[in-house]
Amino acid sequence: MNYFPDEVVEHVFDFITSHKDRNSVSLVCKSWYKIERYSRQRVFIGNCYSITPQRLIARFPGLKSLTLKGKPHFADFNLVPHDWGGFVDPWIKALAKSRIGLEELRLKRMVVSDDSLELLSKSFPNFKSLVLVSCDGFTTDGVAAIAANCRFLRELDLQENEVEDHRGHWLSCFPESCTSLVSLNFACLKGEINLASLERLVARSPNLKSLRLNRVVPLDTLQKLLMRAPQLVDLGIGSYVDDPSSEVFSKLKAVIQLCNSIRSLSGFLEVAPCCMSAIYPICENLTFLNLSYAPGLQGNDLTKLVQHCRKLQRLWILDCIGDKGLGVVASTCKELQELRVFPSDPFDAGNAAVTEEGLVLISAGCPKLNSLLYFCHQMTNAALITVAKNCTNFIRFRLCILDPVKADPVTNQPLDEGFGAIVRSNKSLKRLSLSGLLTDQVFLYIGMYAKKLEMLSIAFAGDSNKGMLYVLNGCKKLRKLEIRDCPFGDVALLEDMGKYETMRSLWMSSCEVTLGACKILAKKMSSLNVEIINESEQLEFSLDDRLLVDKMYLYRTLVGHRKDKPEYVLLL
Amino acid sequence: MDKEGLGLEITELRLGLPGGGTEKNEKKRVFSEISEEEENEKSNGPPELQSKSQVVGWPPVCSYRKKNSFGDKDGSKTSKFYVKVSMDGAPFLRKIDLALHKGYSDLVKALEKLFGEALRDAESCEFVPIYEDKDGDWMLAGDVPWEMFIESCKRLRIMKKADAKGFGVLQSRVALNGTLKE
Repeated sequence: MNYFPDEVVEHVFDFITSHKDRNSVSLVCKSWYKIERYSRQRVFIGNCYSITPQRLIARFPGLKSLTLKGKPHFADFNLVPHDWGGFVDPWIKALAKSRIGLEELRLKRMVVSDDSLELLSKSFPNFKSLVLVSCDGFTTDGVAAIAANCRFLRELDLQENEVEDHRGHWLSCFPESCTSLVSLNFACLKGEINLASLERLVARSPNLKSLRLNRVVPLDTLQKLLMRAPQLVDLGIGSYVDDPSSEVFSKLKAVIQLCNSIRSLSGFLEVAPCCMSAIYPICENLTFLNLSYAPGLQGNDLTKLVQHCRKLQRLWILDCIGDKGLGVVASTCKELQELRVFPSDPFDAGNAAVTEEGLVLISAGCPKLNSLLYFCHQMTNAALITVAKNCTNFIRFRLCILDPVKADPVTNQPLDEGFGAIVRSNKSLKRLSLSGLLTDQVFLYIGMYAKKLEMLSIAFAGDSNKGMLYVLNGCKKLRKLEIRDCPFGDVALLEDMGKYETMRSLWMSSCEVTLGACKILAKKMSSLNVEIINESEQLEFSLDDRLLVDKMYLYRTLVGHRKDKPEYVLLL
Repeated sequence: MDKEGLGLEITELRLGLPGGGTEKNEKKRVFSEISEEEENEKSNGPPELQSKSQVVGWPPVCSYRKKNSFGDKDGSKTSKFYVKVSMDGAPFLRKIDLALHKGYSDLVKALEKLFGEALRDAESCEFVPIYEDKDGDWMLAGDVPWEMFIESCKRLRIMKKADAKGFGVLQSRVALNGTLKE
């Protein structure tokens, strides 16, 4: 098989960077497996319970960058109890004991402790990059340890984590000798920081390209920081409040003119709308704009801003922009690829901010649209069919109608035909989230047409087991399926048990699956962990197999039952 | 295995929260009833929709976003109203619990205590108390009744009167000028 020495093959493998491709390469033959494993530097583990750190370390001694994901996706919506699992500690301990020269760690939905962070900061002399997304369990003391001990830190990126804030010293823990920062994002931290320390840090970081501030950083500090770092490419503004006639504001306007490298803008965690005009000069060059955490901006303010953003590729915004505002986006942002519209008031239907009209306008105006997350108050089949005609490039299509089972308000029909049109015309669709009134029919369409679908999220939909079966049988590439409050039961669950070995995970909550069926599945498939999450205090687990299970989470694994499960999780 | 239609729902056994919420089937029916009502009463603000906020995990907005972009509409109003207070010229900010005070004069006394030194050090400056309300607007303190004020006040700033050119009314009902001068 090998006409070339190993070193040559390895060099060829250097050009193969995607995880999927490297995984495929390793399966070709023993020789390639060996060469690949010694040369692999980056590993992605989508479920931290699918493998142990020891086996990871044994297989990839050259590991430099590790990505780990913990809790299931529905944990974002409080459907998974707090201490379910996803602890990073055993991973860091194992890596620290080994000879692995870890440089980069990216975690999503994991529980991270201050001790873990401290151990991490002290165990890997070349550690360069820490990215934590939707994690919890740590405080700013842990962040301080990273700042203090990672001498060559390039990236500290904290996105949407729940961090207990012990106020302020962590930023001052970056030593004076630390000049390597490229990316610093602390927008999710709530507490005070030493503003002077921040200024000095930015001043001594000539490579700083990305800076995202938290709410307590005021406008005059922002102005000083931009003076020091006009080379920024990505900026997250903290507090953006001042009197437009003040001297500080004039200085800010002047310095913003110099920041012509900024391509990505976010934050505005506190904002005075009258100050937004200072931003207009950099809008021309923006490719990413995230105003979804800026509730102080009204529809008019958003529309005025967006009109300057002709090169925008990704837009995250609140629904107070309104259908009209989306119309302005559609006529201005011809390069738009990704749109996310979040609800500004998820529980008040009285103020119908965006409807199907906005989405239709976007689909007509933005031919490059491939990724959508859209929270709205209503949707019609006609609108979805029009969107499907206009847009055939969707990779991600997530529609959330705030009323969980709302029918088409014009025809009173379920939205089966609308979603059917979407999957029929978007052959590259990888991720789909459904909502509204839906019958088994929509799942027939999904099974028939969504051949590339990898992730599907379903809530309050379907009539019978047939719905789930259409999906399991038809979607050959399915990796993650998450279902809540649907009438799917044992028949669907057990029809093709081997299917779950081809998937990362299945979540079913408030469906019609019995304990008995879960036991059958667990017994037959030793390669799966079947977890029952039972939060009720009263019930014992030795109960009736006919009991309906409230929450079931199953996932494929190479290492059997996990040892860290809490009491309320039953591993079958 | 489908028991639907045989009226056996009442014998369904399930593992779940004790007395936890409505039955899932009823949930679905409740929503469709409400949807139908919505069709019929489009003009009225439907109050039944309040019950939908009881469904755990719906709408699927991640909890971090819920906590950080909707203010406190999600319920859980605590009895504390801590707001930040900044004062022009003072090196750091303070926090004050508005719930502890009965009115504006009470508040002024507390502010004097917090920033006493800075106020004394400021050279013959007059100060205007302003606050940021829920809409993000900066308002002069003292115009609205106290209860309304503490509901809408998100942070306070003791601003130098000299900086307030561009602001209209400079006379505040709150006697801050008199008490805080020098």
